[in-house]
Amino acid sequence: MKKLLIGIAAILLVCLGLEVGAKKLNDNGISSNNKNLIIYNWGDYIDPKLIKKFEKQTGYHVIYETFDSNEAMYTKIKQGGTAYDICVPSDYMISKMRKANLLDEIDTKKIPNYKNIGSEFLHHSFDPKNTYSVPYFWGTLGIVYNDKFVKSGQIKHWNDLWSKDYRHNILLVDSARDIMGLSLASMGKSLNTTNTLDLKLAKTKLDGLGPNVKAIISDELKMYMIQNEAAVGVTWSGEARTMLNDNKHLHYVVPPEGSNLWFDNFVIPRTVKNKAGAYAFINFMLDPKNAAQNAEYIGYATPNVKAQKLLPKEIRNDKQFYPSEQAMKNLEVYRDLGPKKIQEYNDLFLEFKMYGR
Amino acid sequence: MKKSKLFFLIPYVLWLSLFVIAPIILITINAFKGEDGFTLKNFQQFFVNGTFLKMTLNSFWYAFLITLITLLISYPIAYILSQMKNQQFWLLLIILPTWINLLLKAYAFIGIFSKHGLLNNFLKLFGIAPANILFTDFAFIFVAAYIEIPFMILPIYNAICDINPAVIQAAYDLGASKWQTFIKVLWPLSKSGVESGIQAVFIPSLSLFMLTRLIGGNRVITLGTAIEEYFMTTMNWSMGSTIGVVLIVLMVIVMLFTSSDHHKKKEIKL
Repeated sequence: MKKLLIGIAAILLVCLGLEVGAKKLNDNGISSNNKNLIIYNWGDYIDPKLIKKFEKQTGYHVIYETFDSNEAMYTKIKQGGTAYDICVPSDYMISKMRKANLLDEIDTKKIPNYKNIGSEFLHHSFDPKNTYSVPYFWGTLGIVYNDKFVKSGQIKHWNDLWSKDYRHNILLVDSARDIMGLSLASMGKSLNTTNTLDLKLAKTKLDGLGPNVKAIISDELKMYMIQNEAAVGVTWSGEARTMLNDNKHLHYVVPPEGSNLWFDNFVIPRTVKNKAGAYAFINFMLDPKNAAQNAEYIGYATPNVKAQKLLPKEIRNDKQFYPSEQAMKNLEVYRDLGPKKIQEYNDLFLEFKMYGR
Repeated sequence: MKKSKLFFLIPYVLWLSLFVIAPIILITINAFKGEDGFTLKNFQQFFVNGTFLKMTLNSFWYAFLITLITLLISYPIAYILSQMKNQQFWLLLIILPTWINLLLKAYAFIGIFSKHGLLNNFLKLFGIAPANILFTDFAFIFVAAYIEIPFMILPIYNAICDINPAVIQAAYDLGASKWQTFIKVLWPLSKSGVESGIQAVFIPSLSLFMLTRLIGGNRVITLGTAIEEYFMTTMNWSMGSTIGVVLIVLMVIVMLFTSSDHHKKKEIKL
């Protein structure tokens, strides 16, 4: 009995200690004075010189933290104890965060440079009135091929991937929505299909792609394509940009029959402590000069129309990364289909990984 | 006297309850949690849906192959090691690779197996390059076996060292052939080492999810892959926990099976 009592007392003591410790940690995180601006962004997704410039111009001190997946970012913000002033999630995650009540409204009147953003990049389904988000970068899903192994012009459509020429020579990005999406697009279906039968058909079609697939990986895909490990890769335009810079034999194609149009947008989380600073930063980044400098550094496509004009000609006119208006029409933004449908996409994708060999 | 003993127990009890018992309880609660309270739906899905069963079989099959290969390689090595002169030195060489980070080793193998890697350059000498090595079953099992081998050698080596050399000598004196000595004397006496070696290799091999991704390129799918997907991508924690609970139960079963003849060993020692 005594033992038990001592044991319980000890556990309670430890719990108390943890509680006090957690409080302390929290206080440290939040006690930032109003001169601090905490930004939570993807790794290597901003020109560091711009942060310095911003600090000099406004006197704010920027604390820059990074994440490597939307899901990891979501979990961290949802669990609380953070005090981020600005965060940069992708489209579907914005709608998820909005539904979870994690975002603060953005008053665009306080961002004079907001008008620089092209209208085609606003009012998409994940945030219909742009009450919560301001576009940062955008891009597409497409095919990267190596002209050492593939004649240029040989790959134009999703269906070309099924060709026997690429046995065991295609790398896919490990993402259920994107890979199921390419199969759906190749059948002329929407990337936001919710019809179970269509999804099953898309998965059956994917199984046929199995023998061509060398691996289904994430970040390493970049490295392998640069090292000529595979002839073809399916990935996002941003990743493709980096690959193309490092290997002159690589080319990027967005199939005209349909593909994904994605966004990474600024949002202000509910936990914001320095809202004035957040507005100042967004406005600073939307300044045409700064946006152009950032776009040149990152290589992604900027939604800032005025900044686009400031970019060097060969970047601005590059149809691979700034597709024509005609091509833009067939691009679709992923809608948040709700946990049940997302699970269905992922389960089918997992089945494809298992059986499609 | 008694009090001081209790005092030393406290960190141990705390550790166990916070980091072993509490997580298991949490994962079990999660596994039975549905949208509205208690449910068996997740388990039903696991056992009715063919994908999960196939995945379980897959995990078992790969873990079995990895264990078999490591055993076949490790037993002779452990035996030879026990007969060597500078045992400590050789033992150190075998343990040394375990000091290097697992990820680092995996990336080194990517370099060796890739299309323009070391192995393909070597195969080029015979005109059979470039062969597809990375992202194959072979590559996955090879790397997994390489990583697990020290954990198999050590217990077997210890068990063989514990055998009195006179027993083996006696077997020879009584006219047993080398094979008979192995089957009737050496193997039964070293069996406890083999059993703990199998436990140390088979159980972690069931959920080698990092290697299936880096070396297997997600072309090898085990339960670890599914758990990662449910927790990280779809955030369906209750289904992920269900797979975790099934995995824990499977591991317990493996433990029971591989340590079933403990008393037999004692009989022989008598």
